[in-house]
Amino acid sequence: MIHNNLAGQGVVSDLMKPSLFRIESWKRESPDVFTMSFLPKDGMGGVGENPGFTFLPGQFNMIYIFGLGEVPISISGDPAPGLPLIHTTRSVGAVTQGMSLLRPGAEVGVRGPFGNHWPVERAWDKDLILVAGGIGLAPLRPVIYSVLNSRNKFGKVILLIGSKTPSEMVFRGELRDWDRSKLMEIHLTVDRGSKSWRGSLGVVTKFVPAISFEPENALAMICGPEVMMHFTIDALKKRGMQPEDIYVSMERNMKCAVGYYGHCQYGPHFICKNGPIFPYSEIEGIFREPEV
Amino acid sequence: MNAQPIESILADHPFFKEIPREHLARVALQATISRFDKGEVIFREGSDARNFYLVLKGRVIIETLLPHQGLVNIQTVEAGEMLGWSWLVPPFRYRFGARTVQPTELAIFNGKHLLEVFEKDPQLGYQFLRRVLVAITERLEQTRLQLLNIYDNPVK
Repeated sequence: MIHNNLAGQGVVSDLMKPSLFRIESWKRESPDVFTMSFLPKDGMGGVGENPGFTFLPGQFNMIYIFGLGEVPISISGDPAPGLPLIHTTRSVGAVTQGMSLLRPGAEVGVRGPFGNHWPVERAWDKDLILVAGGIGLAPLRPVIYSVLNSRNKFGKVILLIGSKTPSEMVFRGELRDWDRSKLMEIHLTVDRGSKSWRGSLGVVTKFVPAISFEPENALAMICGPEVMMHFTIDALKKRGMQPEDIYVSMERNMKCAVGYYGHCQYGPHFICKNGPIFPYSEIEGIFREPEV
Repeated sequence: MNAQPIESILADHPFFKEIPREHLARVALQATISRFDKGEVIFREGSDARNFYLVLKGRVIIETLLPHQGLVNIQTVEAGEMLGWSWLVPPFRYRFGARTVQPTELAIFNGKHLLEVFEKDPQLGYQFLRRVLVAITERLEQTRLQLLNIYDNPVK
């Protein structure tokens, strides 16, 4: 098994040392979002009894692109053992732009997994509401895989997705498959439709008042831009959900991922160590505070 | 046509959630229910604003005409939402057009008749207009968020 550290455990110097991974596949999801799968260079790729790289839904890795630097990226693949490591990211800065140019066979450094995880088991026997904005679907996709791997443990599963345009919606092929499977209810909306778009227009919060679920026996997991999460939380609270049952994934400038440098301090928390997933009840007081 | 009485159909719509039963009964007297096929125009931009609508099933697109671009889609109004408040506001013309994008069922109220009822029963008018205001506020929030282009903020 590749080192499966939770931040704060072990020796910092070990946690700071990347392992070498090779890119196995590359896929464009939207004009500036791409997905890569990786296998460890040393061959510990989940063959036979070896579980390979293990992680929990919501955790992230630090991906090192040689000569450019390191970035934190959420894991977007299936957490079931023995599968390749998968990351989906947007090309926004020097490192991710450099990463977008890499193709199968190229090598990267990987540290992780880091951070806490979505409380998937807390959602057993409850309705589960997943709300994703833009590429925020990537950190939620491992939750979806976990749900599909044991679907009968959950009540209703409702996935709400907002995107800027239809062409910027990620994982479109899988969304179609999941919709056809009828194992979950999926609602998609975009800010700007194309001529051929016949789906919803508007932000993702618009679905919350109309979906059918039991707010007193439900868990919500939200990932996307903070302003979108803010309005989604408001809408879920109006439906009667409690702050402790609403989980959000917070993003800050994470540098070391082990709580060493403090770049990702968020009030009393380090996002990399105590997060990135928080129950809203834990951060309610600072959620919309600027410069926290 | 739906065999369910209009009053009970309206009672199930979120717009009328928790409205007093006697108010609902008075409003229901003004309502008809109509089905529209995909692609039908409900009202055109600039036309006289006669009606207030509740979407019972389906999806309606709000659209406007832009030079060199033709009709541009702005927002959708879905089952459980309201549509059309221009009958309340001078010059009583629809500011945007509305068209179905899938088979759609609407409850339709004549705005002039509603205003007459509200004149006689201000309590009912207050209850109704509060709900319209909530819907307008939500629509405004949606529009502001669309304008913010929130998904351009990178999530790393």
